[in-house]
Amino acid sequence: MTDTLAAHEGSYLEYEGRHKGILGWVLSTDHKRIGLLYLSAIMVFFFVAMTLGVMMRLEMLTPGETIMKPQTYNSIFTLHGVIMVFLFIIPAIPAVFGNFIMPIQIGAKDVAFPRLNLFSWYLYMTGATLAIISLFTGGGAADTGWTFYVPYSIRSAQNVSFTTLAAFVLGFSTIVTGLNFIVTIHRMRAPGMTWFRMPLFAWGLYATSWIQVLATPVIGITLFLIILERLLGVGVFDPALGGDPILYQHMFWIYSHPAVYIMILPAMGVVSEILPTFARKDIFGYKQIAISSLGIALIGYLVWGHHMFVSGMSDTARIVFSLLTFLVAIPTGVKIFNWVATLYKGSIKFSAPLYYVLAFIFIFSIGGLTGLVLGALATDIHVTDTYFVVAHFHYVMFGGMGIMFFATMHFWFPKMFGKMYNEKIAVIACTIIIVGFNILYFPMFIMGYMGMPRRYYDYLPHLQGWHILSTVGSWILVAGIVFMFGNLLYALLKGPKAARNPWGGTTLEWRVSSPPTVENFDEIPVVTGGPYVHDKPTYIMQPSKELVHENGDKLKGETLKAH
Amino acid sequence: MNPVVEVVDNSFIFIVAISVLLLVGITIAMIYFVFRYSEKNNPKPDQSITGNTTLEVVWTVIPLLLVMAMFFYGYIGFRDIRNIPPDAMVVKVTGRMWVWSFEYENKKKSDTLLYLPVGRNVKFELSSADVVHSFYVPAFRVKEDCVPNRTNYMWFHTSQEGTYDVFCAEYCGMNHSYMLGKVIVITEKEFLEWVRVPDTLKTDTLKTTTTSVVAPMTGEVKADTSKTAGDKKDTIKTNTKDTLLRRENK
Repeated sequence: MTDTLAAHEGSYLEYEGRHKGILGWVLSTDHKRIGLLYLSAIMVFFFVAMTLGVMMRLEMLTPGETIMKPQTYNSIFTLHGVIMVFLFIIPAIPAVFGNFIMPIQIGAKDVAFPRLNLFSWYLYMTGATLAIISLFTGGGAADTGWTFYVPYSIRSAQNVSFTTLAAFVLGFSTIVTGLNFIVTIHRMRAPGMTWFRMPLFAWGLYATSWIQVLATPVIGITLFLIILERLLGVGVFDPALGGDPILYQHMFWIYSHPAVYIMILPAMGVVSEILPTFARKDIFGYKQIAISSLGIALIGYLVWGHHMFVSGMSDTARIVFSLLTFLVAIPTGVKIFNWVATLYKGSIKFSAPLYYVLAFIFIFSIGGLTGLVLGALATDIHVTDTYFVVAHFHYVMFGGMGIMFFATMHFWFPKMFGKMYNEKIAVIACTIIIVGFNILYFPMFIMGYMGMPRRYYDYLPHLQGWHILSTVGSWILVAGIVFMFGNLLYALLKGPKAARNPWGGTTLEWRVSSPPTVENFDEIPVVTGGPYVHDKPTYIMQPSKELVHENGDKLKGETLKAH
Repeated sequence: MNPVVEVVDNSFIFIVAISVLLLVGITIAMIYFVFRYSEKNNPKPDQSITGNTTLEVVWTVIPLLLVMAMFFYGYIGFRDIRNIPPDAMVVKVTGRMWVWSFEYENKKKSDTLLYLPVGRNVKFELSSADVVHSFYVPAFRVKEDCVPNRTNYMWFHTSQEGTYDVFCAEYCGMNHSYMLGKVIVITEKEFLEWVRVPDTLKTDTLKTTTTSVVAPMTGEVKADTSKTAGDKKDTIKTNTKDTLLRRENK
């Protein structure tokens, strides 16, 4: 555990392998470099989609035309949704931090299939390229909403086929990454790392990966059928040809509801990393948190119908889906209670990543609790397809996954780049983000209950006050986000060198140098205890030299050989 | 008071009240812990706390009971929303890009403006001529999708005279946000006079909100078809079975 362990090789950032320069990146099978490849692409798409969101809010500043025509507005909200969902929210935490951190956390030198890993990045880029091409070819950008509901998506003259093809290809990227993670977690854990000694981030990714592998094929085939409907008129969904639009909605949500948990489970995993780190104590209810991830993944499969409470689905189905929807709230609640309890009797070091997590718990709780209004049948019928839903899913998606993406960046930034950022600025930026976020999205709950439908280019004048408030919120939020990323960018270029373990973390990634070496570990470590034990070491970093190092669990040489 | 509106609003208040309690509890606990157990106030963390089975059971069972109560409340309201009173009059609603059309039991048709008599239960048979729409009347807290090749239904009680907004709540293309209408609740007498008048669709169709793409919404529909209500020409023979004419039996 001494610093002399540091790498006989250089950092992964400087490593020169078979290929040099840019090729050394785009042909690298190193999970850390692939993580950064994803990061750079994902950041670009995040800023594009954020800009689209700001334009939508700007349009809503006044009733009638403010800066664009209805057709443009419809394409913009479609693109905002498609890019945010498929190119940012779904891949961001698993593909960037799952790739970078998870193998180190479980004591592996890489993922199980490094080449497949690189391939999935190329699939991602291919999907992204198709999405971009779709903007400038055919009838122009798709205008169906990210849900591609039929028959509108079949009738639309816009370039819907290309956009769905993009989502289809992106689905493969997700499946391949999920598969890779499942095998990695099953097969590549370091000796002594039992399932219940595994960091909770890895648990979150594990649950997510199963959803990715099992649910993504459904959306793949569904979107592909849309393309077939448009090109060949096969009539699976088109009522004019004897198809069933409700069937489409079922198939779409069979994937897209579990996808919500693909988005949030890795983020929840990071919450479970950050809290014990800064509370300086073990996490409260490790097993409950780990198992609740699987519980969410499992029940999350069975609740898709709550998106269709007014679609004309049978009343019985509506009642059953409502009941199941309420059940999925339980494991989520268990997580939140355990997180808060982790702070109890800790010795809390207040820092930027922790602050983002506290913001997450507050905002995500609002998102989760308003989900109850949508889960209850009587109230859902009134507020579904209104701004209430828009507010709700921005609180859970942006407030949940988005804010946690920011928290994750701040938590692992020193590890990934070996640089430290200005924490004060990070905290100020987070405060601006919290304020802007709530001014932007909270009025939407109110407008929703007042009956403002979503995806509306225009609105009745009595709502203008709320719309103005919301738009002003978007400006504050964007200012906070730009400020935050500016701070990180500055640190990347000019920040002071980060220590190996700046936060006092207990998981394996904090035992390797910052930034990690190419192969992460000189020797595969041996794990002797849980991931968040603060008062004694639970890893033997160089088992072969174990006797000369501090010996956490009083392990004998013979015991070690047994591993 | 409209019973459905009441039950929806009460469920909403019930869920929000519990949610606010939970949110405040979680937030206060979180903030209190961060200060009370800060590095400064509590230099030595208590490493012995790693979980508590009793607490886990408590915060699994209590929320479970709470959400089951919410489910039940929502279900009760839903039953009211879906169970159509047998005396309801029927109006066919057809959504098409981007106009609402209504057809009464005597085949009278109307676009955009839905005239209804006060104090009646009205069942809507919903369908679509093209893509999926959703017939949404916020004042009555109900909506239901209009799906082509299929008839969905919903109902509400017209408890008070007045004019209420109708929206399309399921995205349906370019002029989705202009697919508006009005529910105009008038007295039974006025209604009967209006509905007996032959199909005046061509003349009383109001396109103020649908013809002009970029026209800002005014929030009101200008034309007034009730001027035809005074017209005594009654060429449609009133069907004796017409539920429109049935008296409400309470």
